[in-house]
Amino acid sequence: MNICVCIKQVPDTNEIKVDPVTHTLIRKGVPSIVNPFDMYAQEVGVRLKERSGGRLVVISMGPGQAAQALRSCLAVGADAAYLISSRSFGGSDTLATSYILSESIKAVEEKEGLKFDLILCGKQATDGDTAQVGPEIAEHLDLPQVTYALDIIEKDGEIQVKREQDAGYDMISTTLPAVVTVVKLPYEPRYPTLKTRMEAKKKEIPVLTEAEIPAIDLAMCGLKGSPTRVKKTYSPVREKQGVKLSGKDPVQAANEVVRLLAGAKLL
Amino acid sequence: MSNLNDYKNIWVFIETECGKPKNVGYELLNVARPLADQKGCPLIAVVIGKDIENVAKDAICYGADSAIIVDGPEYEHYTTDAFTKAMVTLVEKHRPETLMIGATNNGRDMGPRVSCRLKTGLTADCTEIDIDEKTGNIAWTRPTFGGNLMATIMCPDNRPQMGTVRPGVFKKGAYDQSRTGEIIREDIHVSPEEIRTTLVERVNEITEAVNLEEAEVIVAGGRGVGSAENFKLLEELADVLDGTLGCSRAVVDAGWMPYAHQVGQSGKTVAPKLYFAIGISGAIQHLTGIAGSDTVIAVNKDPDAPIFGVADYGIVGNLTEIVPALTESFKARKA
Repeated sequence: MNICVCIKQVPDTNEIKVDPVTHTLIRKGVPSIVNPFDMYAQEVGVRLKERSGGRLVVISMGPGQAAQALRSCLAVGADAAYLISSRSFGGSDTLATSYILSESIKAVEEKEGLKFDLILCGKQATDGDTAQVGPEIAEHLDLPQVTYALDIIEKDGEIQVKREQDAGYDMISTTLPAVVTVVKLPYEPRYPTLKTRMEAKKKEIPVLTEAEIPAIDLAMCGLKGSPTRVKKTYSPVREKQGVKLSGKDPVQAANEVVRLLAGAKLL
Repeated sequence: MSNLNDYKNIWVFIETECGKPKNVGYELLNVARPLADQKGCPLIAVVIGKDIENVAKDAICYGADSAIIVDGPEYEHYTTDAFTKAMVTLVEKHRPETLMIGATNNGRDMGPRVSCRLKTGLTADCTEIDIDEKTGNIAWTRPTFGGNLMATIMCPDNRPQMGTVRPGVFKKGAYDQSRTGEIIREDIHVSPEEIRTTLVERVNEITEAVNLEEAEVIVAGGRGVGSAENFKLLEELADVLDGTLGCSRAVVDAGWMPYAHQVGQSGKTVAPKLYFAIGISGAIQHLTGIAGSDTVIAVNKDPDAPIFGVADYGIVGNLTEIVPALTESFKARKA
């Protein structure tokens, strides 16, 4: 089974701070990581490949430094990596991004001389949290999709996907090729070893611009191809002037809060 | 793109499963009602499913002016292909200006598929929806970067303007039995060959249903609770108040509570009357998920914990002493 994993490099949102004056993100010094859900997608892909053979290619759209994220995937089981990068792709919303990725997938198939049976994405990226790019890639490529996957089993040229739902899970079967998006798994993705890291370092990561993706329509990329516009951003205001009791006897403090709640007719 | 003025009305998608509606659809009707009034346009509920006429009637009682229903055996369970085809066909025929969808797993599966086919914009997981005074466009506001930043997004040149909203962010309106409205049936059929996925099996794992989104009282614990055993103290407090147990992500990661109880950006969004945050420091991802709570009561040993910045009532101290004291105090008041 030939597998394409789409990954995104994101700032570690646990480390992010907002500038109190400008209300913009302070990106300086914030470490970049591979979107955690994408690492789960990559791990699912590597496990499928180990069982059934085939080639696993990882792609990412982003600036030059995103090559670093691709390299970390090469160190944990990916066979090849491509960086999709061009000024014309900047400012893309999810519709334009998914279009560029879907055209890139076709271009990578050409270059690799294969057809992908499975395209894997994380369920969402932790910076934008939209969960849109996976289903939109499926739509652009006219493929079936299964989102929120916990596991994928290959069976007679089809796959069965364990899909998270409110009260448990559904088993959903679909034909290949297909797009599947992956949630947090019950196990952690594998770590690189010194050896795999050294090998990954030696691999070349080709950069694809619009020149290498001949079928791409630039009117559908970047800001031009993006129907949504960010009108403003601001930091959420969360300061309440509440009652705070400290240094009190626990029983006294508890009684006080219950009395206040009752007094405010909140019980 | 055809003339934007051809697109009118606000639509709310009401998700059903085996003919039963998800609450988030009704919550969205309550958000959309004042927007429709402001625009002077009808608010229309769109129900796709099997045997759903009653759902359409209820949607009208919850605030819709009329309903469009697509009823058929192929819609008994959600599938990407059938629901996308039905929704896209409806949009192309009736041309709504705005389409709102609940951000359940299925809503987030269908939404981008529909917006992509229609080549329009979709804003995910909105927490505020307004009308931009200058342009009349919908202004969709959502948390981003793990809740560190709020972004207001518009879709100026494409229609419909689409957005999703997570369950529990808004509350349902009052059920008004006297409301009446037209129910329009649309025959859209999808052949089995067009549906490329098959539901092989459904496994319900959670024996006790955890309904955080609709809970009026939530007692939630964080890393500060210290152990799975200590959650007993929280359970006792929840029992006295008929509350539901919740927790932060750290607790799920530590294996003290199952994921179904997780509150926050990567768990459930909640809007209870009373939210007890016990041993929860208040990471921004958690605060994003509890922003809809009416009253927050925090217990934490760290007087500088960010949770106190959003708490209406806070007690600084040892939670293993304070939580049982709260339980006793509530018990005494009840008696």
